[in-house]
Amino acid sequence: MLSKRVIACLDVRDGHLAKSVKFVETKNIGDPVAKAREYYLDGLDELVFYDITASSDRRKIILDVVEAVAEQVFIPLSVGGGVASVADATDLRLAGAEKINVNSAAVRRPGLIADCADAIGNQNVVLSMDVRGVQPSADLPSGYEIVIEGGRRPMRLDALQWAKEGERLGAGELVVNAIDADGTRNGYELALTRLLSEAVRIPVIASGGAGVPSHLYDVLTEGRADAALVASMVHYGDYTVSGLKRYLHERGVKVRMSW
Amino acid sequence: MVVIVDYDAGNLTSVRRACLELGVKAEISSDPRRVRNAERIVFPGVGAAGSAMRSLRATGVGSALVDAFHAGTPILGICLGLQISLQRSEENDMETLGLVPGDVRRFRLDDPTLKVPHMGWNAVRVVRAHPVLDGIEDGDEFYFVHAYRPVPAQARHVLAESEYEGVFCSALGSTNFVATQFHPEKSGRVGLRLLERFLAWNGAWEGAENRVEDGAGRC
Repeated sequence: MLSKRVIACLDVRDGHLAKSVKFVETKNIGDPVAKAREYYLDGLDELVFYDITASSDRRKIILDVVEAVAEQVFIPLSVGGGVASVADATDLRLAGAEKINVNSAAVRRPGLIADCADAIGNQNVVLSMDVRGVQPSADLPSGYEIVIEGGRRPMRLDALQWAKEGERLGAGELVVNAIDADGTRNGYELALTRLLSEAVRIPVIASGGAGVPSHLYDVLTEGRADAALVASMVHYGDYTVSGLKRYLHERGVKVRMSW
Repeated sequence: MVVIVDYDAGNLTSVRRACLELGVKAEISSDPRRVRNAERIVFPGVGAAGSAMRSLRATGVGSALVDAFHAGTPILGICLGLQISLQRSEENDMETLGLVPGDVRRFRLDDPTLKVPHMGWNAVRVVRAHPVLDGIEDGDEFYFVHAYRPVPAQARHVLAESEYEGVFCSALGSTNFVATQFHPEKSGRVGLRLLERFLAWNGAWEGAENRVEDGAGRC
């Protein structure tokens, strides 16, 4: 049977590794290529790069980073941040990315998901969604709302409805970023993750809030996630990828233990 | 020269990069002559069987591959490269290369929580010794992405198995052709080691002394 995956997320700004808290106050915490290699050698199952570069030459910077990582990291690479066209997706694929994450641009133009799926295959299109909790209402019956532009613009779009729509349009995977939990280290949003996992038949990657190993265990069991995304936990050296996997393995979660 | 066959079936740069990491500069080519004359061939691919076969036929690369197979060139098929080495695929109901007897069928799973495509890391158990799979240990996992599974007609061609609800063939071989349903180029160091063994393999395999019936392979 498939193993649950531990995925590290590297937010890359201007070619450097950055980390945000609740999507703001980012700081530079190192070289993404060196970190990627370190995690790969320590048993990481998959890497996600999120390009949060604001400058105008952003495409070139992220392509260089992806290419440098792809030369020395031989696990699936996933890249997102500002992907707005099939051309963006295919450029990143040529640079060495396996999977392409679409986010804000897909909310504005849902056809982007189908276009990318046609061009690079459903399994390689990841719908990344930034979600915040709200009071349930007629517009937002699930009580979760989609927010775009790095957490700045609420869209009055229901997260549950958007997840199902994304699957229907051809997304091969969902990344569920819980904005309220991002960088807090208080744990993943279990209810949100479980709600979406049970609503779609594509893999769901939980993101945002991991602080201690039991958070990964909780989201992979109670939260029904197929993969857990980590950032702060490993970037600051508090935990190692292999240590997290050993923890999960010892508690009966099926993870890849030889590499 | 190691030739990576280019037939409009996805991104081949990851295979080239993995070869480079192992010190081998491979050439990506869609030229039937380069394929026919290669010392060694990697036949990767992702995508659909139908468009892949049409491209192989239109370019003459398919016949070149069949010729190379009969000439004894060591060939490694990966993912779609494995699937179209069989005789027929349920995907697009397509007649395929036929280097190995058998067909390709879609996963039909009873468990509603299991997802198709089968995507992620899964264990591979070697069931028939082969030089290219040498050294894979129980519990070693490889990276898979596929919605269809290979079903070789003869058990002697099945080299390894994996489980997804039921058991399916995850590596197969016939004489100088060996193929994996998983992606060694994306499977970390256990994957690179498999690729390294392929790059050193002379194409001989004692387990399959009998060539597939005469005239095997069509394009």
